[in-house]
Amino acid sequence: MTAQPITAPVAAPAAARRGRREWGIAGAITVTALLASVLTLGAGARGVGWLDGVAAIAGRLDPDTATLVERFLVPRVLLCWLVGIALAVSGGVLQGVIRNPLAAPDIIGITKGAGVAAMAALLLWPSAPVAALPVAAFAGGVAAALLVYLFAYRRGTSPARLALVGIAVSALCEGGVRFLLVRNPLDVNAALSWLTGSMFGRTMTHVVQFAPWVVVLVPLLLYYARRLDTLGLGDDLATGLGEPVERTRRITLLLAVALAAAAVSVAGTVGFVGLIAPHMARRLVGGRHLALLPTAAALGALLLLLADAVGRGVAPPLEIPVGLITALVGGPYFLYLLTKTGK
Amino acid sequence: MRLRAEGVELAYDQFVIATDLSLTIPDGKVSVLIGPNGCGKSTALRALSRLLRPRQGAVLLDGKAIHSFSTKEVARRLAILPQLLSAPEAITVEDLVWFGRHPHRRSLSVPSTVDRDAVEWALEVTGTVPLRRKSVDQLSGGQRQRAWIALCLAQGTDLILLDEPTTFLDVAYQLEVLDLLAELNRTQGKTVAMVLHDFNMAAEYADHIFVMKAGVLVTEGSPEQVLTPSLLHEVFGIEAQVHAHPVSGKPLCIPIKGRSRSVPDGSATPVAASAGTRAAAAAK
Repeated sequence: MTAQPITAPVAAPAAARRGRREWGIAGAITVTALLASVLTLGAGARGVGWLDGVAAIAGRLDPDTATLVERFLVPRVLLCWLVGIALAVSGGVLQGVIRNPLAAPDIIGITKGAGVAAMAALLLWPSAPVAALPVAAFAGGVAAALLVYLFAYRRGTSPARLALVGIAVSALCEGGVRFLLVRNPLDVNAALSWLTGSMFGRTMTHVVQFAPWVVVLVPLLLYYARRLDTLGLGDDLATGLGEPVERTRRITLLLAVALAAAAVSVAGTVGFVGLIAPHMARRLVGGRHLALLPTAAALGALLLLLADAVGRGVAPPLEIPVGLITALVGGPYFLYLLTKTGK
Repeated sequence: MRLRAEGVELAYDQFVIATDLSLTIPDGKVSVLIGPNGCGKSTALRALSRLLRPRQGAVLLDGKAIHSFSTKEVARRLAILPQLLSAPEAITVEDLVWFGRHPHRRSLSVPSTVDRDAVEWALEVTGTVPLRRKSVDQLSGGQRQRAWIALCLAQGTDLILLDEPTTFLDVAYQLEVLDLLAELNRTQGKTVAMVLHDFNMAAEYADHIFVMKAGVLVTEGSPEQVLTPSLLHEVFGIEAQVHAHPVSGKPLCIPIKGRSRSVPDGSATPVAASAGTRAAAAAK
């Protein structure tokens, strides 16, 4: 035991200190998001006050309000969490795997692809079981992502080319959506609100249906965290370090696409969360995926909670879809990123 | 000998680089691959480090085909430093070196004492301990290259392959990097095999030189055996004198100006050739 090297204790505190800082930031954001969940619970809902969330937890609400909270508001908050986490983690993984800060579910076409496929399932096959929607969305998302990758890949993908091809494929999907809407004018309203990304009218069924995706896929991706880190060193060095690069890339891409597509199938095309949250997280805790992904997840949840609360609270009883709010914030952020990194 | 290529055919898609290449990396020595641009020296190194799979023939590591090992198992026996390196944004030297432990760790595992020791040792022998908290993008060219080499060392392999580790470096940094590799060979018994551009650097630092041209191993041996005016003419298409280095005594190649790059029959331009003769006469 005395032969233990004297260097070990020197190394430990450095890594530990860094770890503590990262987890501290992730924890702080999570706590903020938890607070936001409680405080925004009643936003825009008639007869529900700012502090009724707290009252609900304490079990001190009159039965009517309690039912309202339970039936409509709590599922929304839970969905904001799940969708925010899914999109943010998906975006974080995509950015790491493709080594491109602009790679996010919406930029590379997954969201729109999943959107058009789910739309087609909704409108062309109205009798389809509810469970078919995520499957369709997933297939559409994968197809769009493949298409983008195929056209953008020229011995690697440059950020700008990926963004451009992504926009083109998204436009194509958008065209498909419009066609479907024109063909089926009767169902347009529901479809439109779903398309912009909305938490309106979501119930506990949606939560239960979507939760498994997050509960299974997010830990799986976390398991790949350090292997994702090595991909950041470039294919040759990553291989040299013993990482089966192609296999790891394929598996993690598939998981990330599945996560984003599932989120779209339940909440519609909520834009930009998968771009902004991981990017902000990278700024806050650096590029280590084990810290980056949880931080991005907490930020994604927080972003969606705030956006949904604003959407509900600005002009009640009217509701602005959450996807519109995130687009309003995300558009400028995307432009800023593009000018900073576009080459 | 732990690492060798046997009759390998190397190609990228339809571009065949070498058809029947065999070479053996001598253990415990510093070997250098040299040759003109496009001669296949980097490709050969990629094949030796399983980054490129030969179409024919095999690369043998410890007597077994290298592709029969898992890539992780190869990484525990051999480290490769590619030519183009990009560190993740704002990563510190210490964190970069930690990547070297990747083939020894499981996903989500807590680093062991062995891992910590390996990292500390790698930082120490490369002289990067004072830089450990610095961000890699703040380092000088030579410091950065030392950090990358520390990463390879943390892998804990006896075999280290490097593809042009001195490219884009100022001459002082080139010496810094090559001195470090020579020292690792001398004091730690590491087998070093690398591709270099500069034949004079190769002459100074190599125990063994492989000379390649158009995918063929032209000759190999000690610098004194290999680096001759006729070889430099044949392989690089230049006229040059070879003298003993005044300090080290190794061969020092001095190219002579004038052109004779594309002279397959040896009939160099008369001006350059006669100038060369005159200079040679003057030197005597």
